Amino acid sequence: MNQLSTSQRVFRGVLLGLVILFFMFPIFWIFLMSFQTNEQILRIPPSIFFEPTLINYQALITGRLETQAGNLDIAFMENLWNSVFLSSSAVLLSLVLGVPAAYAFARYRFRLGEDIAFTILSFRFAPPLLVLLPLTLYFEDIGLSNTYTGLIWVYQLISLPLILWIVRGYFEDISPDIESAYRLAGHSWLQTFLKISIPLARPGIAAAGLLSFIFAWNNFVFALVLASADKQPVTVGALAFVTASGIQYGQIAAGIVLSVTPTLLLALYAQRYLVEGLSLGAVKG
Amino acid sequence: MSSTSSALAAPKSGRLRKKILPYLLSLPALLVCIGILIPFFTAVYYSMMRFRLNLPYLKGFIWFDNYINFLSDPAFWNTVQISLLYAFLTVGLELLLGLGIAVLLQQPSKFNNIVSVLLLLPLMTAPALASLMWKLMTNPNFGILSYLVSLLGFSDFKWASDPSTALLTVVLVDIWVYTPFIMILLLAGLRSLPKQPFEAAALDGVPQSFIFFRITLPMLMPYLLTATLFRLLESIQQFDIIYSMTQGGPGDQLMVFQVQAYLEFFQYTNVGRSTALLMVLWAITFALSNVFIKQWLRLRERTHGNG
Repeated sequence: MNQLSTSQRVFRGVLLGLVILFFMFPIFWIFLMSFQTNEQILRIPPSIFFEPTLINYQALITGRLETQAGNLDIAFMENLWNSVFLSSSAVLLSLVLGVPAAYAFARYRFRLGEDIAFTILSFRFAPPLLVLLPLTLYFEDIGLSNTYTGLIWVYQLISLPLILWIVRGYFEDISPDIESAYRLAGHSWLQTFLKISIPLARPGIAAAGLLSFIFAWNNFVFALVLASADKQPVTVGALAFVTASGIQYGQIAAGIVLSVTPTLLLALYAQRYLVEGLSLGAVKG
Repeated sequence: MSSTSSALAAPKSGRLRKKILPYLLSLPALLVCIGILIPFFTAVYYSMMRFRLNLPYLKGFIWFDNYINFLSDPAFWNTVQISLLYAFLTVGLELLLGLGIAVLLQQPSKFNNIVSVLLLLPLMTAPALASLMWKLMTNPNFGILSYLVSLLGFSDFKWASDPSTALLTVVLVDIWVYTPFIMILLLAGLRSLPKQPFEAAALDGVPQSFIFFRITLPMLMPYLLTATLFRLLESIQQFDIIYSMTQGGPGDQLMVFQVQAYLEFFQYTNVGRSTALLMVLWAITFALSNVFIKQWLRLRERTHGNG
């Protein structure tokens, strides 16, 4: 591929430049906005040169927003905590439920096994509201409406299929001979599973866990339907915050930056596994 | 693999334990999911009822009347039309763009790898938050994009709040979030293609365009199909971006299935109509997902080989 002419090379460079501009600019711009006062934001023409301020982050973290109209209490840090708590609990539960199941589907051919695996996979593709709307009525009856328990349970719809199918692929790639050898040395099935199978599949388990954490964090519709203000994660909370704070654009930008930073950092950290995870194990990165 | 598993459990534990072990391992996961199947069947039942939360005394079983009413309901056909338009427009454009970018980044150089990692960031941004970012950028008072188009002479460009540009704006956000998905699948596909056909073609002096259309594209087809079907499945159900940007408006410009069903349920409290609408969407996604899963299994088989 070294026979590219100079003009072709320039053309490629320009195209790549446009691609980077389009995909990176929004993140860059909102990041800048989060360090500006409202006056700086409203200035025309907009400028990338300004004196950065931390007041937006200060207001979000202390939960008190001082405006000309008076003080406003904001619960944004609570939303951030809800996101952390809901996503990590959902992923932990999915790992506890999903890893043994993934092992069963990878190692044993049993009656209904494949049917069960595909039923769980099919949840990934059904319209979420179809389940969520009747659930709102049920949750009221069984006392689960607006509880972390109810939300974490429903979040399994996001994380469980992902973990099940990615980890299954990893277990299938491990040769069963290693396990057999360990069993023949007199260890029980459970010991073999914990000491041999799980450590060997650890990269897959970690990747699936990180990815499903990102997807749980990014989810919007589940909590929109099932959670009230005090249980809402950042995705829903940010929208409510926009409505409530109205024209506090700097705070909105800072809120967005705080909300997306965890997933973006995780994505950069786990990027090696992303391709495989996103395709549910169908494509190797 | 099934043959080796028998050797695994044989030593002491006996046949019965070996038989129930896989069920024991998968049962907890299944139970959690069965809890979710119940509301699904409830939705099927509700979709055949006259059921409004604000008029409980009217509640009754009416078989397929909700569905039959759809046939003569222009709002329903508007929803079908706009959902299909949205899905095909977004997936079509993302496919073209994603393929183009994947080809640009095909050579595994350090720079190209950094760019492909950076392009993951929009995909990992929550779509609901991405919409807020674009909302800030298209704000008529200070939005940078509104300012830029005003320099081009469109001084009153209203983006998502104008009926004539609302679809374009949400499609743009969708493209920003999801093009990287298609790009990284196709990039992984491109880099996994065997080298020989390309070397042979280069030796024979075959023109680049011929190589692309006659060798690259056909060999990339399984990846293209998987990515397309996956995105179609998601795009026809799009809720987050549209709801955060416009809540289905202006007017009924962007009333796709899930947004319409959401408003039907929470604003008009018409449970029967809302669930019937979702059942129609479910039928579409069910058909699509069957095609997708076949395609996905074929590709997965190739990736993981025969164990």
